[in-house]
Amino acid sequence: MKNRYYKYSIVIFLIFTFFIFYYGLKEKNFYTPEDISIKKFPNLILNDFYTNTKTSFDDILIGSNYYLVNIWASWCLPCREEHPYLVQLKKNLSIKIIGINYKDKRDNALKFLDEYDNPYSVILNDNNGTASIEIGAYGVPESFILNTEKKIIKKIIGPIDKKKFNEIKKLIKK
Amino acid sequence: MILNYLGNFALLFCLIISLVIFITSISCLNNKNFFLKKNLNELLFFKFFFAVLSFSSLIILFIISEFSNETVLNNSHISKPLFYKISGTWGNHEGSLLLWLLVLTFFAFFYYLNSKNRPTDERLLTILFQEVIILGFLFFLLKASNPFNIIYPVPKEGLGLNPILQDPLLAIHPPVLYLGYVTTSIVFSSSLAGLIKGNINNLWAKDIKKWVFISWTFLTLGILLGSIWAYYELGWGGFWFWDPVENISLMPWLSLTALVHCVLALEKRSILHSWTVILSIITFTLGICGTFLVRSGILNSVHTFANDPERGLYILFFLFFLIFLSVFIYFIYEDKFELNNKNLNLYTKETSIILNNWFVMYFLSVILIGTVYPIFLEVLSNEKISVGPPFFNKLIIPFLIPFLIFMSIGPNLKWTKNNYFSKKLKLIIIFILSIILSTLVSKFFGNSALNITILLAASFYLFIITIKDLIKKGFKNYSQTISHFGFSLLVLSILLNSIFSNEITSNMRVGDEIKFSDKIIKLQKLENTTEANFLKLIAYFKIEEKNKTELVLEPEIRIYDKPETITSEAAIKTDIFKDRFLVINLVKENEYLNVRYQEKPFMLWIWISAIIISLGGIINIFKKNEKQIL
Repeated sequence: MKNRYYKYSIVIFLIFTFFIFYYGLKEKNFYTPEDISIKKFPNLILNDFYTNTKTSFDDILIGSNYYLVNIWASWCLPCREEHPYLVQLKKNLSIKIIGINYKDKRDNALKFLDEYDNPYSVILNDNNGTASIEIGAYGVPESFILNTEKKIIKKIIGPIDKKKFNEIKKLIKK
Repeated sequence: MILNYLGNFALLFCLIISLVIFITSISCLNNKNFFLKKNLNELLFFKFFFAVLSFSSLIILFIISEFSNETVLNNSHISKPLFYKISGTWGNHEGSLLLWLLVLTFFAFFYYLNSKNRPTDERLLTILFQEVIILGFLFFLLKASNPFNIIYPVPKEGLGLNPILQDPLLAIHPPVLYLGYVTTSIVFSSSLAGLIKGNINNLWAKDIKKWVFISWTFLTLGILLGSIWAYYELGWGGFWFWDPVENISLMPWLSLTALVHCVLALEKRSILHSWTVILSIITFTLGICGTFLVRSGILNSVHTFANDPERGLYILFFLFFLIFLSVFIYFIYEDKFELNNKNLNLYTKETSIILNNWFVMYFLSVILIGTVYPIFLEVLSNEKISVGPPFFNKLIIPFLIPFLIFMSIGPNLKWTKNNYFSKKLKLIIIFILSIILSTLVSKFFGNSALNITILLAASFYLFIITIKDLIKKGFKNYSQTISHFGFSLLVLSILLNSIFSNEITSNMRVGDEIKFSDKIIKLQKLENTTEANFLKLIAYFKIEEKNKTELVLEPEIRIYDKPETITSEAAIKTDIFKDRFLVINLVKENEYLNVRYQEKPFMLWIWISAIIISLGGIINIFKKNEKQIL
């Protein structure tokens, strides 16, 4: 009898430990220290996609808690895949999305926006691609998430997919 | 590009072969003629071969900086030296798991080749359990942490390897530690197999002993390397910080140390069957538990390179699957032990081994509680704490005193009967001698805390007795004596180190000088240089001591750009009896440097004694089996 009780108690203890660890996992990143090395987004001046007037990032990056700067082009296939997620982000969350149109033809870009909806609050032109390099992008598409202080808190290389989308959601809700 | 596919497909082949072995070895258990032994041999070899193929493709991907591979992209960089490109292969989550798999497949193959004198069904069962573990890792690799993920479009430049990992020691620290962990899996599988077949006896112990010693030696060396790395690279001026990850590597070592003693007792005296099996299970599951705690991001420390709860979840399920599997197997087959109720005499080796086990179990549970308690508290009450060195010191140091004394006496006792206490006088003389010695040392250095003096006395006691044994016994059982001697040296060096360490911290500008006991420390100049992948700021310090030659120390600050990180390289001058340690830090928006100078006695001896400890293990691995003493 005694033997059986000790077996039960071991199993119960193990199950208890399992659940503690399980819930411990859900509470993410307890002790993550604040990353002080986060870079500030460079203040570039680019032409507006629609009006072609000079616009600086300082003028655009106001009035929201989070910003998403998305580099895209109509010729870029992965951009088409990620576009619905941008639209969803725009609909569901309080995030201001800024597009940088990378080495693109104006007509194609307009067609692209017509076809896929336009999630961008502002679109800027980067015809020769220098601005994107200055921001530190590797290619298209690429997205940067900034906080109110214009600091880059997340960088997404490649298209935003379902997983990345959820990560962004979590990041903003925090 | 093609290597990405090659590596990936090699992994898939591994998986297929693993499944084939798994299924066939189950059917073999019922019908032994079904499957030729030779075939299994070949299958295990091919699995190992594909793991090698997969791992070497990853290494080549790292060498040629193929950034279409996500792992390479995240952990490498074109301007990195070749050596770190290669070591970067296992300096990250995916690569290190692949390395783990490689070692696992190798040891499964190696075990099968070297266990021909074991009963066939026990070998098959061992391979079966081993296959369960390998399958677990394979699924994890392919599903949640595939090292061959492809990124398109191909980025031009990688994100770099964490600079604190760019150190030659760290290139070999993980592989050595893994060799230790993975060999415990063989011990685990074999003890479960032996348990089911009712084969746990002295012959089994004789065969598994080698594996226990191999893994114990590798773990000891692995921990040593990690500790040396922490001392030289992290610049905290110590070698052990009770950091969660350090604790996690120490726990399997402790239970393995107990296991080493149990296996010997089982071999020589056919006792401690259940201790041996339970410790085998504990050791291996603690290893996996460590992987879980480190890799899931549930604890944070220097080693956490992957904070992915999804991965954590997988390891958690796998861990508890293994735990429950082994616990149930143990409960079901517990009665199969060939128990022979021998009377345990109080003054025998058996008793001292059991005592040793209980002490080790106590240390183990202190560390385990100290490490996981914050998680429990966080989940249950949302309170955040971290457990630091005072907790461990308070709970461990007092128990170290009796432990050391038993350790001095135990090995000299005989199995079953004992006539050692006829020589009581000698023991008492040595004991008094060590008390006098420790009092003198404490008085001489102006430290008179009672508990420290007693601890010092106990370690002197062990030290003297092991030296006496070493001289007296000569080559008889010298692996044990060497390890115990190493341990006493370790405790002694750690003690003297922590009692007599001295330090000074100050802010200094170029030209400043500070006084430290009878020395003068001068900051002479600063210099900037550019290296391959970082900027370097070197400070030149001169330390002047009366009647002695001047010493120049050159600590550095390194500023890496990919990823942007600042690290401090301490300048360390190692002498036989004393280390001089100087580290500088930048103070934000100030022109002066924060300087920390430490004098740490006996640092070198800590490393040496750990090497001596593992030397004992190495000797035992290569020792020819002695005749059975019964």
